[in-house]
Amino acid sequence: MTFLQAIALLAVAAGGTAVVATRDPLRQVIVTGFFGLLLGILFFVFQAPDVALSQIVVGGVALPVMVLLTLAKLRERARSRADE
Amino acid sequence: MSRRTRLSLFGVAAVLLAAVLADGLGGLPAFGGYHGIYGILLSHVTVAQRRATDVITAITFDYRGLDTMGEEFILFAASLGLVVLLREQRDERRQPDDSPDQADDPDRYAGLPPHRPHTSPALIAVGRWLIGPVLVLGIYIATHGQLTPGGGFQGGVVLAGAVILVFVAGGRLATAPIRPTGAAEVLEAAGAGGYVALGFGGLIAGARFLTNFLPLGTKGSLLSSGTIASLSVVVGLEVAGAITLIVSEFVDQRLLTGRHQ
Repeated sequence: MTFLQAIALLAVAAGGTAVVATRDPLRQVIVTGFFGLLLGILFFVFQAPDVALSQIVVGGVALPVMVLLTLAKLRERARSRADE
Repeated sequence: MSRRTRLSLFGVAAVLLAAVLADGLGGLPAFGGYHGIYGILLSHVTVAQRRATDVITAITFDYRGLDTMGEEFILFAASLGLVVLLREQRDERRQPDDSPDQADDPDRYAGLPPHRPHTSPALIAVGRWLIGPVLVLGIYIATHGQLTPGGGFQGGVVLAGAVILVFVAGGRLATAPIRPTGAAEVLEAAGAGGYVALGFGGLIAGARFLTNFLPLGTKGSLLSSGTIASLSVVVGLEVAGAITLIVSEFVDQRLLTGRHQ
């Protein structure tokens, strides 16, 4: 195992812990996005650039956007309930 | 169940799990050790057989092309299911769309209710600047899968990322010119149908389904590797359409309000 690979593995472990330790869903989405980018770097360092490309876009962009939109919808619903 | 019973149950389970894990980890091959005969064989013969320099793309779209067709239709079915689930329900109504010139209107915060989402000018500027490069990158990755790392799936997702940037930076989420649901449906259907059509091409050429029947070309040129490049492009269309459709449906949900009795 090279030095870079060890660093990437440690960064992913720290990132995963950070996602679990974040309690507020909105902040958690952002942390999840960074965790996705870290996973992309991990795949790249382990010589899987094809997988890294998918991971960066899916984990760093597509997934956070979907969760963000869901959170926005839930917030809207809670607000319209409070209005009535 | 009392706290004590739960703890002792957890203790037993944890010890068992630790034993099984330790046994399994002990039997793993050494770090970096790889003994898959199929993979070693393919990494030697692919460039000569298919003139594709990215072996992974050649495996995905040629040697295991049928599996990729199944995966493509998994995404197809998933996006269709999402469209059905997130359709406009009976007790929901559409909010009035944002006015088209809202993004450029400096006073737009003034007349809106306080909880109305607004896009920061910095986000609009950076997002608009990024749309073009991301679009070009997506097309590049989807069309160069046979040469360099990437291919249809990765390129398609990057293309959908460009559409997401339009949503993020546009500031006008639901106005007609950039509601891409219809275009995304056409793209997705064309991509999924194109894969099957290319598969039947092998039958027409007198061989099996998904046989690489197109001329292989020269190694390293854009038009090489026969059907691998074409299949990669149609998968790019399918994935770009599917992800765009999924994100558009989520954005539409954001704009629907229900009565929630």
